[in-house]
Amino acid sequence: MSAIVEEGVDPKKRRLLTIATAAVGAAGAASVAVPFLFSMKPSARALAAGAAVEVDLSLLEPGQQITVEWRGAPVWVLHRTQDMLTQLAKNDGFLADPASGSSKQPEYAKNAHRSRDPKYLVVKGVCTHLGCSPTKRSEIGAAAGDLGADWPGGYFCPCHQSKFDLSGRVFKGMPAPTNLEIPPYAIAGTRLVVGDDKA
Amino acid sequence: MKKNFFAHLIGAALLALPLVGAAAGGAGIKLDSAPVNLKDKASLQRGAKTFVNYCLNCHQASMMRYSRLTDLELTEQQIKDNLMFATDKIGDTMTTSLSSKDAKAWFGGVPPDLSVIARSRGADWLYTFLRSYYRDDKSPTGWNNRAFPAVGMPHVLHELQGAQAWQQVGEKKGHGGAMEPVMKLVLTQPGAMKPVEYDQFVGDLVNYLVFMGEPAAAKRTQLGVLVLFFLTLMLVVAMLLKKEYWKDVK
Amino acid sequence: MAAAPKNHDNLPGGILGKAIIWVDDRFPLLENWKAHLSEYYAPKNFNFWYYFGSLAMLVLVLQIVTGIFLTMNYKPDAALAFASVEYIMRDVPWGWLIRYMHSTGASMFFVVVYLHMFRGLMYGSYRKPRELIWIFGCLIYLTLMAEAFFGYLLPWGQMSYWGAQVIINLFATVPFIGEDLAVWIRGDYNVGDATLNRFFAFHVIALPLVLLGLVAAHILALHEVGSNNPDGVEIKKNKDPKTGTPLDGIPFHPYYTVKDIVGVVVFLMIFTVIVFFMPEMGGYFLEYNNFIPADPLKTPEHIAPVWYFTPFYAMLRAVPSMFGSQFPGVAVMGAATLILFALPWLDRGKVKSIRYRGPVYKAWLWAFVVSFLILGYLGVVPTTVWGQLPKGLPLLGGMDTATLVARLLTIVYFLFFLLMPWYTKNDKELPEPERVTS
Repeated sequence: MSAIVEEGVDPKKRRLLTIATAAVGAAGAASVAVPFLFSMKPSARALAAGAAVEVDLSLLEPGQQITVEWRGAPVWVLHRTQDMLTQLAKNDGFLADPASGSSKQPEYAKNAHRSRDPKYLVVKGVCTHLGCSPTKRSEIGAAAGDLGADWPGGYFCPCHQSKFDLSGRVFKGMPAPTNLEIPPYAIAGTRLVVGDDKA
Repeated sequence: MKKNFFAHLIGAALLALPLVGAAAGGAGIKLDSAPVNLKDKASLQRGAKTFVNYCLNCHQASMMRYSRLTDLELTEQQIKDNLMFATDKIGDTMTTSLSSKDAKAWFGGVPPDLSVIARSRGADWLYTFLRSYYRDDKSPTGWNNRAFPAVGMPHVLHELQGAQAWQQVGEKKGHGGAMEPVMKLVLTQPGAMKPVEYDQFVGDLVNYLVFMGEPAAAKRTQLGVLVLFFLTLMLVVAMLLKKEYWKDVK
Repeated sequence: MAAAPKNHDNLPGGILGKAIIWVDDRFPLLENWKAHLSEYYAPKNFNFWYYFGSLAMLVLVLQIVTGIFLTMNYKPDAALAFASVEYIMRDVPWGWLIRYMHSTGASMFFVVVYLHMFRGLMYGSYRKPRELIWIFGCLIYLTLMAEAFFGYLLPWGQMSYWGAQVIINLFATVPFIGEDLAVWIRGDYNVGDATLNRFFAFHVIALPLVLLGLVAAHILALHEVGSNNPDGVEIKKNKDPKTGTPLDGIPFHPYYTVKDIVGVVVFLMIFTVIVFFMPEMGGYFLEYNNFIPADPLKTPEHIAPVWYFTPFYAMLRAVPSMFGSQFPGVAVMGAATLILFALPWLDRGKVKSIRYRGPVYKAWLWAFVVSFLILGYLGVVPTTVWGQLPKGLPLLGGMDTATLVARLLTIVYFLFFLLMPWYTKNDKELPEPERVTS
């Protein structure tokens, strides 16, 4: 006689218990997976390194731009001159998204000059096409040489030749789909905090 | 029958292991038991304050971030205002400005990093050590320690504890019948704190050091209860399933 | 020639059934499922001791998964390793849990494997026709020891450092080539960055691959000949004439899968208690001195290997140096592990299981187990733990008592194996039953 005698078996009960065990086991496995997946999120060190960066604006001459590193990416801070601001107003017709309707920026930077203070542009120096960092080409017109006599000053991406103006807005017909991203920031007096808009 | 006996034997051997460890680790003087309680946030906060004021000038805790002190129910602003002197970034680790060259010149060695000191030395040792300094003219610092003979660190807390001496306080019959001196640490010069206050002060500090040695410890034990609860549930279901199928086995 | 069409009856309907058939037409899915689970007939009388095989598999998977996640943040660099482990413990979200699971898993692996091996010993699972299973098992055990040894250096604490120092210096005792051999293993004149880096490579990729291969071979060999059982009788001798399946066998799935789930849950409960409430296990799973960064200039006062190596370490210490060389101790320690391989050919008993063995074998097995446990204890304590023998004693006077005991127990350990051909042959065994008992 075989060791297995299936008599009086209640298949419903078996199926129920099998499903119950499988369900509890699956719930357990899922809960174990959570800490493993979460361990791949930025660590406390990465968070600390990605904390807000402070800049002293009083050291920035008109026309001067500095680059600060925030979360491992370049952020440009440009002190725009009156000439630059005047030129910016004339660019609208040539831009893909002059009002920044489909671009990424905090609400307070969704305006004509794309900044809290018209004088200071704070923008992420990462091309919205494929992530290269464009070069500052603020000279205007013929002085810019290769960019043509009608170049109004702005940024030029070396990878795929996207062009942006000095508000980080992309010109029409460029590979880059949207304007350069504006990170959250705050200004109090001459103290600029990049990465935190409440500081 | 036999198999049960073997099972018991091995179970007993496994249980005995930690006891052996305790016996093997405890060389030297008898250690006082430290009042460690990771749930006592007030004690941990006091300990943190003592730590940054007294220890952090020479010792580092280079693996501990200031931001982690939020686990002690402190806000970032409170930490910045009361506990951060060396930096203004809450995400920084507790490093010191003391260079290792200066340290070698002043103390003859670099003071150890205290991040995990409670895990290597144990809370009881730290608690005993910080209360066992005594005056010793032969030592270069003027201090010696019962728990750590010829220690390089001077008694940083002596203004609080006062000065102790290692003195004979009586005699007792020794092994061979001859009289032996009974030695004890005696407070010879009172400090700013009463002995009870000082013990509590050191207890808070040690409590903090234990917290700093493993900041996740509180969360760990909390979670452990949940996991055990879940596994108990799973055990019940699994046993029912096993019983159901094994009805077939004749 | 086209293969015979596969039998696809009794499959679930709908998409799932169709998917299974689709795969099975291209891959031996059902064939393997049947061969290793649903039609692998295991004896019906497995007891407590038969949980540890599946538990060892579980721990292996656990170690591999937690290990992969640890390598995402660990740095195999002498200047960074210690801090990177603390980084995992503090800064990496849930890193502490993953690390504790891995450190606890290492010790529990040995707990499970030791119990699994003892089961094999008790019920004669190494006997014909299972010699090869036993040999693969011994290889797994050796690989596991190497894996644990390499892994133990990685936290780069004081115990990591000095443990590696001592073990590597064992190789330096090999006559003639020893010194060069030790330098070659370390890649430096002392344990250093190069050593750490190569140990990392061995620990995370080389040995795990070997281990997986050996485990596969171990299980394939087992499923070829079938499992032994607490009675030590072959269930394949009594088959159902109609179905051709063993009368005392039951399909592994579902009967032993549902039973092993219970074992797994109980094991996980013990595992959980350790991971969440006592991850250091009183300094045995994580040693206190290993929370001090490695310092090549200063050995800790009390140094002992991790607990799972201590029986062999006690043997090493017990053997005196001869002809100005430590090599004999090292040789004895090596022989103590290698002698396991010979077991299938040393045992001349007619029965396999302890249940039907004679009193002499039982006494020897007891002596062996007790020796192993006491040696394990002596390996963690200083040799002075039991004081010294009286000075007046001839020959032995003044010697550490523990050293003498360790020597005697080492001899018992070896005699268990070396005398086995005689005492098993002439023992008064009980008759083995025809069929398995309950």
